[in-house]
Amino acid sequence: MKYLDEYRDPEAAQSYITAIKKLTTKPWTIMEICGGQTHAIVRYGLQDMFPSEIMLVHGPGCPVCVTPIEKIDKALKIAALPNVIFCSFGDMLRVPGSDKDLLSVRAEGGDVRAVYSPIDAVKIAGENPDKEIVFFAVGFETTAPGNAMAAYQAKEMGLRNFSLLVSHVLVPPAMESILSNPECIVQGFLAAGHVCTVMGMDAYYPIAKKYEVPIVVTGFEPLDILQGIYMCIKQLEEGRYEVENQYARAVEEHGNTPAQELIEKVFQIIPSQWRGIGEISDSGWCLSDEYAEFDSEKRFNIEESIHKECANCISGEIMQGLKKPSQCPEFGKSCTPDNPIGAPMVSTEGACSAYFRYGRDAA
Amino acid sequence: MTKSDASSIVCPIPLSEYPHVMMAHGSGGRMMQRLIDEMFRVAFTDVQPNDSAILSIPQDKIAMTTDSFVVRPLFFPGGDIGTLAVNGTVNDLAMAGACPKYLSVSFILEEGLSMETIWQVVCSMNKAANAVDIKIVTGDTKVVERGHGDGLYINTAGIGALEHEYVIAPEQVRAGDAVILSGDIGRHGMAVMSSREGLSFEGDIKSDCAPLSPCVRDILDAGLKPHCLRDATRGGVAAVLGEIAIASKTQVDIKESFIPVEDTVRGACEILGFDPLHIANEGCFIVFLHPDEQDKALNIMRNYNPLASVVGTVSEGKSGLVTLETSIGGQRILDMPTGELLPRIC
Repeated sequence: MKYLDEYRDPEAAQSYITAIKKLTTKPWTIMEICGGQTHAIVRYGLQDMFPSEIMLVHGPGCPVCVTPIEKIDKALKIAALPNVIFCSFGDMLRVPGSDKDLLSVRAEGGDVRAVYSPIDAVKIAGENPDKEIVFFAVGFETTAPGNAMAAYQAKEMGLRNFSLLVSHVLVPPAMESILSNPECIVQGFLAAGHVCTVMGMDAYYPIAKKYEVPIVVTGFEPLDILQGIYMCIKQLEEGRYEVENQYARAVEEHGNTPAQELIEKVFQIIPSQWRGIGEISDSGWCLSDEYAEFDSEKRFNIEESIHKECANCISGEIMQGLKKPSQCPEFGKSCTPDNPIGAPMVSTEGACSAYFRYGRDAA
Repeated sequence: MTKSDASSIVCPIPLSEYPHVMMAHGSGGRMMQRLIDEMFRVAFTDVQPNDSAILSIPQDKIAMTTDSFVVRPLFFPGGDIGTLAVNGTVNDLAMAGACPKYLSVSFILEEGLSMETIWQVVCSMNKAANAVDIKIVTGDTKVVERGHGDGLYINTAGIGALEHEYVIAPEQVRAGDAVILSGDIGRHGMAVMSSREGLSFEGDIKSDCAPLSPCVRDILDAGLKPHCLRDATRGGVAAVLGEIAIASKTQVDIKESFIPVEDTVRGACEILGFDPLHIANEGCFIVFLHPDEQDKALNIMRNYNPLASVVGTVSEGKSGLVTLETSIGGQRILDMPTGELLPRIC
């Protein structure tokens, strides 16, 4: 199949593996930022193909995983309201809040719908003028243009019954947070290709320079990842720390400028909570003053409640690369994809779920 | 009334009377009788007049199964709830190595459903039953209030005759067995999903809904002795392999590059973040049998779908484990899907 098979060619993969082996003279630890990359690494069984000196750690780039529990609990309460149609990306429906998930709210009678695009939620709002339509606008820079477009269209259409429950987070501040931790073991990064498709590479130059760490903007197919790792190891072995672009077929230096302009109009930067990690300054977006009328949190007066995380869950350390999923006492025991305790077990992109599904017993 | 093909007949209930299902159609009175006499009996000519059908089967052993069908939408590319309701039960019988003989059909109709819809479904069922010579001998109709059903639910139960002596079941799977897949996967699930969600993909994806009993019959008639047959319905190939590995206490090792997937299905799965191995099929099955019989079985299966392939083998390995050699040459576990397939964020 065109545009897929050429990036999944076993012979090309093998020649990258050979080249990486030849290049590697000492142990290196590389973090892939994006959950989509983690998913590809485990889905294609890439991890066991590398020389043992290379350790891959899985970063915080799974939107399902880092959405704070407070926000999930708010979503659950709004979704249970009688006159609300609550729309969400599919894999948010199974993320556990303090005591349940959105699928349970649906089973209890809430009108909860999985949509493929935030624009679908705008359409539902247009078709249901007597209902309040809420879209759960989560994600990184990748989903931000679509979510911003939903708010923009709703305003243009004069929709009074549409709002967004926003939980948006940003990659570069999270990378800085990981790198400034004294226990940080990460020596090189595969940056998230699709985030850079939107935002470009500008934000990464100061990080590479300040922390003396190579950053390779990388795609999501097996050969993308192998090439990204090759480029990263090459920099590490040569003592360089630059920003390089493996994913040039999708990423331009300055990104998608119209998308950035729309984001800037609709959103503004705020400090943000990351589930399992805590607050990171300037790491999130909320709706700008111009679009504040579309903020679900303002529209529905939801009381804050006590949020309960599982005490043993180490998802925060996993998402910072400090621990592997298999080091968690709950992993594969009380916490499985059927009954997730921590968010990284929910999404197929979450590190714990990926480990459980594809590598539990090292095939 | 010939039973060759009821679809050539115009809907027998005059639309001017009751174009939609009324609660009275399920209340046991004259309206229900008309629905049965003028709709169901017209299509299902083998239905017996009494509460129970009296059947005769020369074989000592019979297979019996039942299944309920709640698919939405009722009509999807490549089939509808009627074809599914017949083929689903026919296939469950075939997977026991049984020859499908008799079928019961129960309809749960929602008030307001159009008679034209029922007629189309009934015609599909008639056609599907005739194709494998299974007789619809008894049935039931209930009506639920508007808003309490998805238009139409169907339950079918089937009886099949076992014409051989050996056991075909997961526990019979042995280390060394070949694993053969009868064709390309993922078409039914993606066809239903794309028509339900209004997704459009380049090129149409049509459900693979089809009866498997003719192919199974040929395998058995050729003197082959499959250890296990299983149709890869809900949960897809991954769920079936997992269940059989657990039941047979063996390890199943398969190779991703041997598994046929149509490009349209593959593309749709890529977009939504699904693994084709997790997607439901309705006309695809897996055969476990002795490796000496694999070529003969494959030749027979390719008469029905040229993409039938040997996809793996069974080993003693680790009980209940399914491994996958990925298309790129890596190794991973093939786990069963968790539950409802949910599209990924990005």
